[in-house]
Formats: sequence, C-alpha cells, structure tokens
Amino acid sequence: MTRVGIPRALLFYYYYPMWKAFFTEIGVEIVVSPPTNKRILEEGLKAALDEACLPVKLYFGHVLALVGKVDYLFVPRIISAEQKAYICPKFMGLPDMLRARLRDLPPIIDIPLDLRRPENTLDDFLKEVGHVFTRDRYLIKRAIEAAHRADQRFQELLVKGYLVPEVIEDLQGSGSSRKGVAQNWRPLKIGLLGHPYNIYDPFISMDLIGKLHRMAADVITGDNLPSAVIDEQTRFLPKRLFWSLSRKLVGAALKFFESENLDGVIYLTSFACGPESLVSELVTRWAKKNSSLPFMLLTVDEHTGEAGMVTRLEAFIEMIRWRKRNEDHLSAYGKLVHRY
Amino acid sequence: MKITYPHMGNLYIVIRALLESLGLELVLPPPTSRRTVELGVRHAPEFACFPFKLNLGNFIEAYELGADTILMAGGVGPCRFGYYAQVQREILEDLGYHMDMVVLEPPDTSWRELRDKIRYLIGRKSWWEVIKAIRFAWFKARAVDVVEEQVLYLRPRVQQTLELEKLYREALKKIDEAPDKKSLDRVVDHYLALMKGLPQKPGPFLRVGLVGEFFTVLEPFANYDIERRLGSLGVEVNRSIYLSAWINEHLFRGLLRVKGLEHTKELAAPYLKSFVGGHGRETVGSTVDYALQGYDGVIHVAPFTCMPEIVAHSILPAVSKDYGIPTLTLYLDEHSGEAGIVTRLEAFVDLMAARRERKLKGEAGKWIFT
Repeated sequence: MTRVGIPRALLFYYYYPMWKAFFTEIGVEIVVSPPTNKRILEEGLKAALDEACLPVKLYFGHVLALVGKVDYLFVPRIISAEQKAYICPKFMGLPDMLRARLRDLPPIIDIPLDLRRPENTLDDFLKEVGHVFTRDRYLIKRAIEAAHRADQRFQELLVKGYLVPEVIEDLQGSGSSRKGVAQNWRPLKIGLLGHPYNIYDPFISMDLIGKLHRMAADVITGDNLPSAVIDEQTRFLPKRLFWSLSRKLVGAALKFFESENLDGVIYLTSFACGPESLVSELVTRWAKKNSSLPFMLLTVDEHTGEAGMVTRLEAFIEMIRWRKRNEDHLSAYGKLVHRY
Repeated sequence: MKITYPHMGNLYIVIRALLESLGLELVLPPPTSRRTVELGVRHAPEFACFPFKLNLGNFIEAYELGADTILMAGGVGPCRFGYYAQVQREILEDLGYHMDMVVLEPPDTSWRELRDKIRYLIGRKSWWEVIKAIRFAWFKARAVDVVEEQVLYLRPRVQQTLELEKLYREALKKIDEAPDKKSLDRVVDHYLALMKGLPQKPGPFLRVGLVGEFFTVLEPFANYDIERRLGSLGVEVNRSIYLSAWINEHLFRGLLRVKGLEHTKELAAPYLKSFVGGHGRETVGSTVDYALQGYDGVIHVAPFTCMPEIVAHSILPAVSKDYGIPTLTLYLDEHSGEAGIVTRLEAFVDLMAARRERKLKGEAGKWIFT
C-alpha cells in the first residue's frame, strides 16, 4: 500500500482528522512522524535557517524523521484557509524551503490550498490530491465526504470542550476510548492563547497543558469556541486581520477577557513569530485596558529552559489562587488583608 | 490639519511634492536618527520588524513638531506591513499622542473607502487637481531615481568621492525644491552632467546586486548605508528596486510601464512557486536575474524576523549553488553593529574579487565550497 507521510507539526493539529479520513478512504496508508523529541529538534535546527521560527525548524525535523519511511510527503502549500486571509508567508513557501535545503526527499505533494477567493473550494483541493493516487472519481468523491464528516465531528468535539491533542490521540488509537465528559471539574479555569502548533505540541510548550492540569486548572483554548463567536468578536477590529490563526486568537482573547468564569489567560508565543509580534502587542494592551483577568505572555524557543517556565507558571497560578481567596477582603484603604 | 508621514529613503521628496501641490500643510519628521530608533524601540513590540520601529519613531518625533495627522500606506497581507498602522495607532493612543491616521491601502470592501479617505485629506480640491499632483510627484520620483542610479554607477569610479556625495545631496535638495516639471528636468540634466564630469578611475569594477525587503533596501539608515560602503570598497551596486518602481507596483498597481520586478516572478518559479508576501519571491527572482547578467555577487538585506525574506533566504543557497553566484544575507535591526557589517562586507568583496580573478585565469565556473 502506498504510504504518505504527514509531519506532526504546524497545521497537523487542525487538519489531521480530515487528512486521515480522506487518505484512509482513498486506500492510502498514513505515516505520521513521532511526537517531537530532542532528536527531531536537533535535526530540524541543523536543516533549517537560523532565522526561522521554532515551529518551522521543527517541521524540518519532522520531515527528516519521515524520509525513507514513506513514498510521498504530504506538504500542501497552504496559502489561505479561508476567504480574504492568509496563514503566514512561511507556510506559503514551505515546500520550496524543504526542497532547497533537504536532499533525497521522497516526492512532495505540494498542491496549493488557496481559499482566498470564493470560487476555490476545499473540495477542488482534495480532488486534486486524490488524483495523485487514483483515477476513480467516485472513490474520490466518497473520500471527500468522509473528510468533511471527520472534520465536522472534530469541530463538534472541540466545541464540547475537548482539547485538540485528546481528539487526535483518540483518532490514532482505537477511536473508541473517548472519555465520557470533557474536562470540567478542576477548581481553576485558564484560557490558553497561542498557535495550535505551539500550545498543542508538548515539546514546544513543555507540556503546558499537562502542567496546568496537574496544577488543578482546566484549560480552554480558542479552538473550543465556535467560529461564530470568533467572527462576532473580531467584527469590530479597526481592520480585518488577514492572518487566519491570529484572527482566531484575537477573537478568543476578546471572548476570554469578557468571560465571567475564567481565572486567568496565558498567551504562549514562539520567539520571532512574525504575525504574533504585532498581535501579541495588541492583545497585551487590551488585556491591560479592558480586562481585570490575570494575563501572562510566555515566549518560547529552542533555548527555553523548563525551570524558568515552571517558575513563572507556578507564580501565576499561585497569584490566581491568592486572588480568589483574598480579593474580597480588602481593607478600606486598599491594603490586602491576609487570611490564613 | 498638519500631515506627517514616515521616512523611507528619499520618499519624503515625492510625498512632499504630492501634498504641497494639493495645498496641504505638512510636518516632515526630522531625518531618521539614533533618537528615532530609541523612541521606536522603546515603544514598539520587541519582535516587530525594524521598519515598524523606525516608522513609530518618526511619528513621535513629528508629533513633537506639531503634526496631528499621519499619512500611511497599508496592505492586505500576508506581510506584517499591512497591519502596521493599526498597531501603531494603538501605541500612540496609549502614549497620549492623539493623532489622526489616514491609511491608504487597497480597500477591503469597496473603493468608496479609499475615495473617502482621499476626500478627507484634500477637502474641496477637484479630482483633476489630485491627478495633476500625483503626476508631478511621479516625475519627482523618477528624477530622484535617475540621479540615484547615476550615483550608484559612479561611486566606485570617481576619484573625488566626497565631491560626488556633495553633488548628490545638492541634487536631491534642488529636486525637492523644483516647483515644476521644467525646472525639474533642468536640475536633473545639470547635476548628471556635473557628476559625469568628475575624473574617473579606470575599471574594471566588481558588480553587486542589492536585493531584499524594500524598506531596508531603500532606507540608508536601515541598511547602515550599505550602498555607500560598497561604493567606497570599489563596488558598483545595482539595486533591484527603486522608489518609482515601488510606487508603481504598490500605489498604481503596476499601471505604468517602468522597469519593475514583474519579470523576476518567472525567474523565481523553479525555486519558489508561490508569492510569499512582501518581496520574498522578487528577492529570489532578482538573484537569478543578477546571476544571468554575470554579476559578481548578490547582497540580500532584510529586517530581523522578516517573514517573506526568511523564506527567500532559505532558498537562496540553492540559487547560489545552481548559478555559481555568491550571496550574502544581512539581517539588520537596532542591534546590528557597524563594525560587524563592515567586516562582513569586506570579506564578501574579497571573495568576489578572488573569484573574478580566478575566472580571468580560466579556472572559471566552479563553486568554491562544494
């Protein structure tokens, strides 16, 4: 059976359920690169440009982890995932960067996905991908339907409160071990902002979600909000944000800031991320001006030490706990009265 | 209404011509300086690109001189430039510098947006007057470019380099002052003749192509005056993009027939099949173009964290290898050190000189580093 390699990086975290359903229906075996580890990071650092951001460097590492194990690499050129918006210039040149810097790659499927104009559809893109493997139009049509079903189910689970890695893990396993209810029992609730490939990759984020869980905090991300909420929140921006991921992030941030039942917001960004450099500035300013929620911005790259991150996280959570306990016990002249 | 706008090389001459012929009052920010950088860096996001920080510094300095309206360009992505104005406005507001911002960009919903913005600026002036003003500004842009091109050609050649720089500065000043097309032409002819009249050294000279992100290429302060440094090292610099080409491409949507970067798209295609925002694809294509024209090397400049140029930089080694042309990429921002840049430029020039010598001896064509 033909094997197609999908690197576990960048938009893997959004598209995997869809790609999986599609390729399985076509009758192609999918090989996903292993979860990010030290070796993948080092290979990526060696192959990619120093100036590139950590997620892109990791992408190189994941591609290298697949070389020799697959017949094709699936690296679609994702120009635009929705109308009038882009992802990031680096995504648009990804296949070219790989070709220019890596040797002996298997054939790359780099069909462009460009949904900027309404006349281009996801179905056309999938059709083209399907044609690489089969001439059977009926089979492709079935695969496209399967892809849509899988994506719809994925979105439903996210809105119910499941986190992306949980759903993906389930898909990779038997598919039946779904935990009964979404997380909703821990005493604290933290809104987590950031690009999917940063917050969901336990290596980049140093297992931020797991750490928060262990500190007894539930996590909600922008992906758990229905897209209608994001649209609603971003309607009144001074200018439409032309980066899809950033728009989602800003929408989620604004929603979090007005939310009653959140205890804090953490924003994880990677060093030298282009769109984030401007968006995080806006979000930080709005957090100060329009919200009383505790807010923390964490920047990570390959040099980040775990201890530093843990310290900041613990301090942040501790602060939230204090605040919860003591906030209503303020003396008349504004000094905090401790109650132990 | 006192209008200001950010500096980008000699753009101030062009915009001044445009605004003044429409009878608008303008407050030019002081020339970009160390202080501009400090102001910009202090208030801008840490990882924003260098042009953002310089723009912001310009705005603050213009505010201090009494400007109350900012004229800014924009875009619709994916380069960050398209969202500059919105973030800058937010920062200026938070600092308590209340300024109006008029962002000229391809409209999102309808052309009426753009029309309304221009109407807001020009008040009751007629559209015919606007067209006349744009035409005049365009002539100034061309005049500046013609002079600059000549200066780039002459820099390695003339013996009295200081005299050339003096003439260059004078020419810019006279172009800035020229009240009509006729005197503009006279100024250009006069100074071109003076410059060409300077005694010259015999050749041959190394030829280098300068490519990269347009702001960094066009603004000497952002590229640490790289053209003049190369000139004094005896290198003739050819710039991939000039002010008028940029204006034509971005503001007129390529309506005019001047040499732009349109042809570089095809040249870049074997390496980069998609546009990547900014000038990423043009950088790759221009490098191929320079290689085909037999240049000795290509220097690629970009602000630190510039996304499109990172894509281009990733790909340049492949171009360099296929065509056997050396390339040097410099990322520049407020942390760049002059000495480091000079050292690298000198090393690069030495390398090009050695290659050319070997080529003349007939050991040509082989890439050194394989």
